[in-house]
Amino acid sequence: MLCAWTVSLMQTPNYFWNYVPLLLQILAAVGLSSFIVLASWLIGRHRPGKVKLSTYECGMVPQGDARGRFSVRFYMVAMLFILFDVEAVFMFPWAVIYRKLPGITGSRFFGFWEMLVYIGFVLVGYFYIWKKGILEWSKDQADL
Amino acid sequence: MNVAIFILFALLCLGGALNLLLQRHPINSALSLIVVMSSLSVLYLLLGAEFLALAQIIVYSGAIMVLFVFVIMLLNAGEEERTHGSRAAYFAGIPGVLALFAVLAGTFVTLRLSFGGTRLGAFLVTTGDLSRVLFRNLLLPFEVTSVLILVAILGAVVLARKEH
Amino acid sequence: MNEPMTPSMIAFSPALRILPEILMTLTGVLVMLVEAVLKPRTSRKPLGIVAILGTLAAIAASVYQLFLPAGTAFFGTVQSDAFSVFFHLVIGCIVLVTLLISLDYFEGHTSFVGEYYALILFGATGMMLMTCSVELLMVFISLEISSISTYILAGYRKRSATSPEASIKYFLLGSFATAFFLYGIALCFGATGSTNLYEIAKGVADGASPLLLTVAFGMMLIGLGFKVSLAPFHVWTPDVYEGAPAPVVGLMSTAPKAAAFAVLLRIAYGAFGTAIHIWMPLVWIMAVLSMTIGNLGALTQRNVKRMLAYSSIAHAGYLLVAFTALAPMGIAAASFYTAAYAAMNVGAFGIISYLSGYNEARTSLSDFAGIARRHPVAAAAFAVFLISLIGIPFTAGFFGKFYVFTAAINSGNAWLAVLGLLNSGVAAFYYLRLLAQMYMVPVEPPREADTAHARPAFILAMAILVLAVFALGIFPGRILDLARAGAATFSGPANAASQTVPVALLRR
Repeated sequence: MLCAWTVSLMQTPNYFWNYVPLLLQILAAVGLSSFIVLASWLIGRHRPGKVKLSTYECGMVPQGDARGRFSVRFYMVAMLFILFDVEAVFMFPWAVIYRKLPGITGSRFFGFWEMLVYIGFVLVGYFYIWKKGILEWSKDQADL
Repeated sequence: MNVAIFILFALLCLGGALNLLLQRHPINSALSLIVVMSSLSVLYLLLGAEFLALAQIIVYSGAIMVLFVFVIMLLNAGEEERTHGSRAAYFAGIPGVLALFAVLAGTFVTLRLSFGGTRLGAFLVTTGDLSRVLFRNLLLPFEVTSVLILVAILGAVVLARKEH
Repeated sequence: MNEPMTPSMIAFSPALRILPEILMTLTGVLVMLVEAVLKPRTSRKPLGIVAILGTLAAIAASVYQLFLPAGTAFFGTVQSDAFSVFFHLVIGCIVLVTLLISLDYFEGHTSFVGEYYALILFGATGMMLMTCSVELLMVFISLEISSISTYILAGYRKRSATSPEASIKYFLLGSFATAFFLYGIALCFGATGSTNLYEIAKGVADGASPLLLTVAFGMMLIGLGFKVSLAPFHVWTPDVYEGAPAPVVGLMSTAPKAAAFAVLLRIAYGAFGTAIHIWMPLVWIMAVLSMTIGNLGALTQRNVKRMLAYSSIAHAGYLLVAFTALAPMGIAAASFYTAAYAAMNVGAFGIISYLSGYNEARTSLSDFAGIARRHPVAAAAFAVFLISLIGIPFTAGFFGKFYVFTAAINSGNAWLAVLGLLNSGVAAFYYLRLLAQMYMVPVEPPREADTAHARPAFILAMAILVLAVFALGIFPGRILDLARAGAATFSGPANAASQTVPVALLRR
């Protein structure tokens, strides 16, 4: 029933209707999270005190500025993450069309090899950072 | 309705971009950049570029923004101080930007009739359509992107790592 | 894009069309893998030798491509022809010589020597791909590869303050310029419905919205003009050349420029060939501005690297003069000039890297005083390169300028040639000032930097370059024939002349 409704919408000239389920999902997520926060704020009792407002109610007394400089390693991991993220983005359209690729390229395994070559190159990069010890934080002394 | 969505998100995008420039704390600027990226992705969706819209969210709003925030934390960048800016920026930069804008706007206004109209949301480029071009006609640019990724990996290691 | 299969397409694998690039990439990958497993303290010289061998193989592969009939591969994204081979050879030779110069330069000074070779090899892959791309998206990706690797290479002297500064300046302005280029591609697509140069050429010939095409060409010219440091997009050049390591400056002032000029030639004469009136005024203005700003700027400089940076802006201007000439002659003159300029400029920066060492002990004009007495051979080689940069007969620089200005005069641009000659006169002054410092000014007390002694690889590189400068100036015939054969490929996508000339050239 719902499926038929969606299909009928997809056939309407306005393609943007396809994203109504996504919109509902976003609304549900935003609605639920705001509801939870608001409800706990409204229902709960507020008794602010000096101890309650400190960083931790138990544990050590905070010292210095919380905003210290972060190690450059975080940056490197984020950078490498982006690179592999971009690689993954290319794999999605490939996976979508994989079964049709023999027809498109005119060769049976061509579509398979083209992605394999691509991944092969990126794996070289992975091997490089692995062997260089970029991912081993405890042993690596060459950073900040 | 599509026009309404377009106007809403185009304004959101512009507002985010302006806020990015005017905010004094880098974290606030970074957060407005997320607004810009996300509203851009809605605009792509309106043009039927489904895959591009989602890649925009995943790569830009997701991964690249994380990197930005890391860089801000790495530098421990606080609130920026206001300066008067360089004189070159006022005497060459601003007229240059205005001239560029005038040329582009003039071109598009002059040619608006020959461009013809389009109906937002009336067409759709599926991921399959994209793949058909990407894995056949643009196969070589796609493969060469992997070399670009290798260069970027080398660059990250060379520039960010300390010398022994 | 259902192109009919012609016999030449079936006859051999499309991979042969990008064989030099494949060899370069695989060598780069090999260097990267070995670098990862080598112990930190071991010498990286073997990696440099592997890189040199890979470059030699790529040069050989480019020569081999001359025997293939000119044609496209990979669904019309790349085209190997005499034009691409010419630029492949120029870039290949620059990279080869730069690797020879760097073989001892970085050893022991930085812990990223292996990465240095890999970056040069990947960067060269990008530059080579630029010269054989006939699809603007392909051009864009390869331009990014070449640019990003040069941004990184510019920041290699990490302990000095100027080198990272050079890197970040180059990166910020460079990405800005690339954005312009990309916008130009998008507008081109909007005007003609394609990003393929031949399809764009059809659209331009059919008279598809000239206004939009003008803006599109202007955007692409800004992007490429930045990469080749043409005025008014040259402001980054002195700072970056001053901060980057000298061997890297030698590379990045020649090889990426050769590639970007090749792209500009393909776009201007290939895609916009029927709309010369669109781009001629733009090119005319930029040529005059670059020559004048470059030479006047160089006059005021006391730092030798900055002086050569301004001189490179001026030389880009001379090269652009060739663009105002009629198609075959202008293309041949511009191509030849890139080769001549490469030989002398890589040489000049090679000598600077030797004389001032890794720590850049000699920077200002007065530091070069009396060099001739202490380093007679190096000073003589430097003198050869400077004389060639001035454009004195029997050197590459003279013949390059002669050919460019003759082409301009023959095409009715005598005024531009006159301006160019006047500029060369001004230029002679600051090159001669450096020569006078080297030869006329008395020797100062010895300094720490003078302990440097030339290694075999460096001597080989300089010998190659000095020979190249004289060979291009005295016997330019064969190179010029190849440049002309390259220019002939522009007469059409399936041109018969382009398929026979190069082979005849080699068998001569």
